[in-house]
Amino acid sequence: MRSVLVVEDSVSARAFVRAVLEAPDFAIQQGGVTVLEASCGFDAMRLLPRGPYDLIITDINMADINGLELIRFIRKSAHHSTTPLLIISSLRGEQDVDRGIALGANAYLAKPFTPEQLRQICERLLSAGIAAAGPSKPVSGGHGS
Amino acid sequence: MAEGGGGRGDGGDKARDEFFSEAKELVDGLGRDLLGLDDALKRGRTDVELVNDVFRGVHTLKGLSALFGVTRMAGLSHELEDVLDDLRLGRLEVTPGLLDLLFRAVSLYSRVLTAEKGDGEAPSSEIEQLLVALGQTSQRPTGGGGGAVAQYDLDPALFGVLTEYEEHRLRSNIQQGLSLFRIKVRFALATIDSALDELKASARPHGEIITYLPTGSGADVDTIELEILMAGRGTVEVLRGAITGPNVSIEEVRRRPGGSSVPPALVRGVASLPPQTSIAPSAAPPSMAPRPPGAVTPPARETGNVRVPDAASSRDGSSVAPVHQPRQTGSKAVVPEMSLRSVSQTVRVDIRKLDLLMTIVGELAIVKTAITKLSDRARSRAADPRELATELQRLNRTFERHLAQMQGGILEVRMVPLGQVFDKLARVVRQISRELGKEVNLVVTGAETEIDKLIVEELSDPLMHMIRNAIDHAIEVRAERLRVGKPPIGTIALNAFQKGNHVVIEVEDDGAGMDPKNIAAVAIRRGIVTADEAAELSPREVFALAFMPGFTTREIATDMSGRGVGLDVVKTNISKLGGVVDIASELGIGTKITITLPITLAIINVLLVEIAGRLFAMPLASVDEAILLDGSQIRTVDSREVMTVRGASLPICRLDRLFGLPPNRRPREYVVIAQVATRRLGFVVDELVGQRDIVIKALGPSLKGVRGFAGATELGDQRVALVLDVAALIEEVLSPGEARFLAWQPAVGRA
Repeated sequence: MRSVLVVEDSVSARAFVRAVLEAPDFAIQQGGVTVLEASCGFDAMRLLPRGPYDLIITDINMADINGLELIRFIRKSAHHSTTPLLIISSLRGEQDVDRGIALGANAYLAKPFTPEQLRQICERLLSAGIAAAGPSKPVSGGHGS
Repeated sequence: MAEGGGGRGDGGDKARDEFFSEAKELVDGLGRDLLGLDDALKRGRTDVELVNDVFRGVHTLKGLSALFGVTRMAGLSHELEDVLDDLRLGRLEVTPGLLDLLFRAVSLYSRVLTAEKGDGEAPSSEIEQLLVALGQTSQRPTGGGGGAVAQYDLDPALFGVLTEYEEHRLRSNIQQGLSLFRIKVRFALATIDSALDELKASARPHGEIITYLPTGSGADVDTIELEILMAGRGTVEVLRGAITGPNVSIEEVRRRPGGSSVPPALVRGVASLPPQTSIAPSAAPPSMAPRPPGAVTPPARETGNVRVPDAASSRDGSSVAPVHQPRQTGSKAVVPEMSLRSVSQTVRVDIRKLDLLMTIVGELAIVKTAITKLSDRARSRAADPRELATELQRLNRTFERHLAQMQGGILEVRMVPLGQVFDKLARVVRQISRELGKEVNLVVTGAETEIDKLIVEELSDPLMHMIRNAIDHAIEVRAERLRVGKPPIGTIALNAFQKGNHVVIEVEDDGAGMDPKNIAAVAIRRGIVTADEAAELSPREVFALAFMPGFTTREIATDMSGRGVGLDVVKTNISKLGGVVDIASELGIGTKITITLPITLAIINVLLVEIAGRLFAMPLASVDEAILLDGSQIRTVDSREVMTVRGASLPICRLDRLFGLPPNRRPREYVVIAQVATRRLGFVVDELVGQRDIVIKALGPSLKGVRGFAGATELGDQRVALVLDVAALIEEVLSPGEARFLAWQPAVGRA
């Protein structure tokens, strides 16, 4: 059973991610997936102690606590210092994404993405998580060369 | 391999439904924020927080629309986002012209959403026009500020967590010479949202909050410490006085003389980048540098990927199809067929209201259990029937009480504030007045008045029509207003209030007003009334002629510089909702249109009456009283029966005759006195049967054309009653000229 925390202020984007992760073929492949949703940084902080999580997916552009601050906070916590962490954000925030990776995010997926792209990157991050990921190995997707 | 998302590979149908309601909320929010910006701009200010809110709204819309494959919307958002990013990062200034573009975008968003839902055409060419216009907005370079920031004693690590926007705000505040403050505060994680809102409210008058940093590592504790970076003009003492609390400490960020150790992030900050770098995101792959070694190669973009169309993403407009008329200036051409009706079928409900309903359901379940027990007892021989009956009566009363509560509760859930429509109308006023070169202030009162969601939806178009008319035809241009001694800026007042079971909406302008003589002349010319009939009408009845079908064409409306474009449509729409429209006008002073509507359409309280052995229902909301008919009080005036009730004369209408039913042979008859808006009429009926709560059912397509009936209702004992459309009947019977429907004969010679 995999446990995934999704931090995103848009309710439909959360629903989109949930639909992908809970799709039967993916869920079966992963031995079941539980998705927890947080609509802002504070919600995420409230949900963090309920971990451990196998994957945390976060947006950057959110009110109050932004995604970068959240990533720093997550990485400072002993329980979540190595949890695979995926940034989903739009292409605009290049500098923001760089900073997120520098703070310890493992991968970045540009919005918009297809269900298949999200699925693939989550699959990779989840299997990397089993292998106890070392220092961050950014994976990126969503935009080709 | 199957797509990861639900079914069609778009992330699931449920998610798509969520998308529509979220997108609609975002678009509504954008409209509100833009009005706020417009207001601020009129006072010579730029509200940076609002600019950022608008940016965030569009940014979210862009991401969502691309995610859900609404490419037109994604394209529009993409270009808008560029412009808004320039605005919020200070590369572009808020101007009325730019706001115009943004307002246009909001209305295009609504239309795209409507089109996506399958209603109507998407405004593709208008989007293209707007994209071109947006592409032409130019930016101005901003000065650097990196050196200045370095003077402050800030943790270099701070810059690692600032977003580009936050960094910009920090610089901008420093450039203006403001002081920086560090506020440390500890909150319980459970209540942090409200606590933070309080803090924001007390901080706002003193400056701008740049960022919130959670400090500590406590993912496993109940409280959280935040370090808040704030810029302000005042002293640290003032701030300490404003923001108080047991766990708050505030200090000023010291400036250091040397300005050493400039964090690298600052050197290549926003301001030092050439402007193009951050405004053409799709032109080049994003620089992910420094990309650590071992980076996984990103998957190539698949075909069928949701992406912004190229034409839309080109900022210089070179690949956008040339459009020769970037903007029409005709008064009606710019917003053709625009509808303000929302695409969302959802209602947001206060959870407490649902909790209450749930409690009532629980009570009903208890009643159900009691009934089951009672029926068990009834089956046993020993039961005393009288006792059972008493018990059953008691249960029935409890049941009725809870049912009434439930009905009330559900009605309340359907209620939404009229402000939802008024916000959109404010945008319309702004847009139309700018198009027509007129200056208009919209004054809104009673926006919190609640009405059934269904009615709100149906109301927006008629209201928009009326406001359009008022600006187009009633409000004079500045010079003319000054000439006649009016304030230079016109006023349209939109007032809403509840009156009994009705909601009244007034649209009042201080424009030119209408001349009854002119209206009568047009009505005669159009064959609506004869000259003789017109001569007998009161001014109010003359104004009512403006609502008659066929009264107006645009040409005539402009001719008499009054109003009238499509007012008959307004009236028809309002009538469908069970409402009435009333108009009052004074030449040179202004016009007031009053709409009276029922609060809800769902369940209504009616008076059941009998006419020629048939049952009819009259909505109680429009019934004043019912009295016994006293034949001696009836007179015939102008071939119309009138009776005197408590000294006042009241026109009456014999429903049996109106409906072509056999006349009453009973000795007693009743008069049900109905009133809608200010018009009263007595309906003669055979018998008063009683009061009921009913659900109105439509008559079905084959009887759709029959007027005078609002629908039918089942009474529960296999009987059906027709529900009278009292407003339409009053209108028909009392309106000047001949009756145009039903088998109505003038009531001549019956006394």
